[in-house]
Amino acid sequence: MQTAANGPLLDHLLRRAGFGASPIERESYAGRSYTEIVDELVGFEPATTDIDHLMQTPGHVGVTARNGAFTPNIVINDARQRWLFRMAHSAAPLQEKLALFWHHHFATAYSKIAGSFNQTEATRMMDAKPSTDTAGVRGQIEMFRQLGIGSFRNLLIEVARDPAMIVWLDGRTNVKAQPQENFGRELMELFTFGIGNYTEADVYAAARVFTGWNIALQGTRDTPTARYVFNFNQAQHDTNAKTFTFAIYPGGSSTIPARAAAAGMQDGLDLINALAIHPQTARRLAGRLWTWFVSDIAAPEPAWVERIAGIYLANDTQMRPVLREVFMSAQFRSPRYRFSRYAWPVEYVVRALKEVGYVGFSVNDALTPMLNMGQQLFEPPDVNGWAIGPAWFSTGAMLARMNFASQLATNQRFELRNAARNHRTSPESLLNFVSGQLSTPALPAPVNTALLNYVRAGGTWTGSDAQLLTKAGGLFHLLVGSGEFQFV
Amino acid sequence: MKVTRRQFVKGGVTAFTVSMAAPAFLSDIARAQGASRRNLVVLYLSGGNDALSTLVPYTDPFYYSRRPTLAVPAASVLQVGADRSGKALGLHPRLTGLRQIFDQGDLAIIQRTGYPNSSRSHFLGTDIWSTANPANSSGAGWLGRYLDALADPVDPLVGWSTVRELPHALEGRRVSVPSIPSVAGYAFSSPNTGTEATYSRATMANIASHVPVDRPHVAFVNGTSSAALATLDRVASVASYTGTVTYANNGLAQALKAVAGAIARGIGTKVFWVQTGGFDTHAGQGTNAANGAYTNLMGTVGDSLLAFYNDMRNQGLLQDTLVLQFSEFGRRVIENGSQGTDHGAAGVMMALGGGVNGGLYGSAASLNPNNADGTLENNGNDVRYETDFRAVYARVLDQWLGADSIPILGGNFRNNTLTFL
Repeated sequence: MQTAANGPLLDHLLRRAGFGASPIERESYAGRSYTEIVDELVGFEPATTDIDHLMQTPGHVGVTARNGAFTPNIVINDARQRWLFRMAHSAAPLQEKLALFWHHHFATAYSKIAGSFNQTEATRMMDAKPSTDTAGVRGQIEMFRQLGIGSFRNLLIEVARDPAMIVWLDGRTNVKAQPQENFGRELMELFTFGIGNYTEADVYAAARVFTGWNIALQGTRDTPTARYVFNFNQAQHDTNAKTFTFAIYPGGSSTIPARAAAAGMQDGLDLINALAIHPQTARRLAGRLWTWFVSDIAAPEPAWVERIAGIYLANDTQMRPVLREVFMSAQFRSPRYRFSRYAWPVEYVVRALKEVGYVGFSVNDALTPMLNMGQQLFEPPDVNGWAIGPAWFSTGAMLARMNFASQLATNQRFELRNAARNHRTSPESLLNFVSGQLSTPALPAPVNTALLNYVRAGGTWTGSDAQLLTKAGGLFHLLVGSGEFQFV
Repeated sequence: MKVTRRQFVKGGVTAFTVSMAAPAFLSDIARAQGASRRNLVVLYLSGGNDALSTLVPYTDPFYYSRRPTLAVPAASVLQVGADRSGKALGLHPRLTGLRQIFDQGDLAIIQRTGYPNSSRSHFLGTDIWSTANPANSSGAGWLGRYLDALADPVDPLVGWSTVRELPHALEGRRVSVPSIPSVAGYAFSSPNTGTEATYSRATMANIASHVPVDRPHVAFVNGTSSAALATLDRVASVASYTGTVTYANNGLAQALKAVAGAIARGIGTKVFWVQTGGFDTHAGQGTNAANGAYTNLMGTVGDSLLAFYNDMRNQGLLQDTLVLQFSEFGRRVIENGSQGTDHGAAGVMMALGGGVNGGLYGSAASLNPNNADGTLENNGNDVRYETDFRAVYARVLDQWLGADSIPILGGNFRNNTLTFL
């Protein structure tokens, strides 16, 4: 059993580094030290975490096939289901949490790619799994899964070469006669050091750096083995020197030299390297890690940002030691920052599944509710990613959350009744059971009173199966739909 | 200091005090704000409407020579007179509904609306029309900025999207517009039924009324829940709305019925968004066949708008109602090899309502590929814009909504010749 001391902290860690924990998962961590659990969470080996074989097997949340087929590499709603399944069941939850973090950071939307190609190709570019794709395509999110815990420099390079990103930020039209600024601008504004560190002239120079970074069709069009791959089109590369207002090379030089077209890809690698190791990139990334893992209510503590940024730079942009330090930091562990981040719709849904129950529930039935809550995976509204924090909470979106809680509680009501039988002696014991299974903070007295009155409403409490069926499901609905549950 | 939801979202926790409580969101605010009962219904034709098939230049020989299979015969168009350049024009033959409204003087047709260097991308084009900012089409939408500028406190139902995904145009920095694609779906559900369900709703409202002083972010979410629960019944009152006319059983007509219901029930919404798709007509556009794709699109649009128009008129609400129609771009002049049209540039906008000065605005392009008069672009293949769409927005903001278009649109786009309002 967990001790009272490590229970809330452990729950906090699992909500932030993952998507929460089922009662069984909580038990499995019991008796282990915090440091040991952090090391396990950040120590995952991306190549060995595949759990897709568990889909459609008993004991797991369901996925729904359409017309007899479940094809997540080529149908976007199936890809959404697969990702939700992985979030719910991965033994390496940080891998999925980081993939979501990078999905927001490098926000790329399926619909634009589908409009440029087709739905099949767009789904592959977004999330195909190489081992099961007909041509071994590795989709963008799969790239985040594989590389997200590694070197940020390397991740930036792979993002720059990623077909989905190239389509998304118009790299296909970035040619030497007419440089396309979209990627060069976002690389600096959103992906690395941020506004205030570069000029419009730098944007133009960055656009020229990436001229010729394009995609090409490999194989015969419309056959299963065809795929789009990165292709450096040297004929469209601007070979002239490019000068920036910031240092590109260790000696302080800010000019990328003129190069032969055949060697022109080095321009991009040089620029990415300079951006990846820029101290402002380190700070900006640290600030975003604060917002994602620690709090989006409290501003980042400057000393924390400096320390995390320092670890990032000292470790050659490797994310693993950075994340370990995030979770080991006093700020992360402080009770002050628990429940101080607005839950994203996807976090809300997966946590609800894990804490309420999922046997007999299909994640397919969470897709429309998530849309109503304002979040569709693979479909961030624009390159800035989602509007986060309080912006998630319109009245319609909040209603969608409350109604998802109702949908799930309705679906799970017999399971919940059975589990509640050991807690039927009084309204208080039933409420303790429900709030204990959910990792909510201690309920304020008025809320507690309102919930007890709810259990008592409608007749004398006897703890009968009929009452448990009604009130256990009802309590889960009310608590999961309450304001208290909208924070992780 | 009274702090509202919007200031909270804008200013964060520090701007928040305990005085922000649920009553600030009650429906009387909507009416208190409603010095004007005017509302705006934005109709988006998604996919890029082929303006040349909506408003047909039936005396232009190049229209017929460049569209050998898609051109609508002069004999079948619904003539609406000539524009200021003297060019005779006609509505698509299936737009009989719009023709009736035009004849009442309540329909303004604004030709060749667009902007410089028109995007041919659905994605970017929609963002540009949504933000009214071709240079930077991210960030809040133009209607969102209008709502953001309203005086506090703002009712949660001040905007209403009838499509599930909130349109970019309605995204505000502070105001959150609810998406209510289905009035029946905007309801509180419960695992139980009957009396037990009423206990659930009462308890949820009770919990949401809790304002934890030490945790303003929880109070904020609770405030949102309270607002949702407080607006449910107003939205539900629309569900029983039957109207004075029959609305067809299609998405657009039903969305307009909900809008009519919301207006008739006086729930206080100022901006509605309705949308209908299928306009990306690259192949088999079917402008002439009785059941052709485009003919059906025109039927849906014209019939739905006529039903809405009649319903509003029957209830004396037409003077308070303005419908503004747009699409992300027009389509290519020349038809392609698949009996369709590809992405083009300038399009046609329409404004409809009791306050509208009906008629034709702007001038039609000459479709002669030599582009001697400069009304085309892209080597004579696309229609060039004449009226900046932001001038239309400015007119709506200034003359209809009583706002100041300059800060909202980020510049002075007023055009005094655009007198449709």
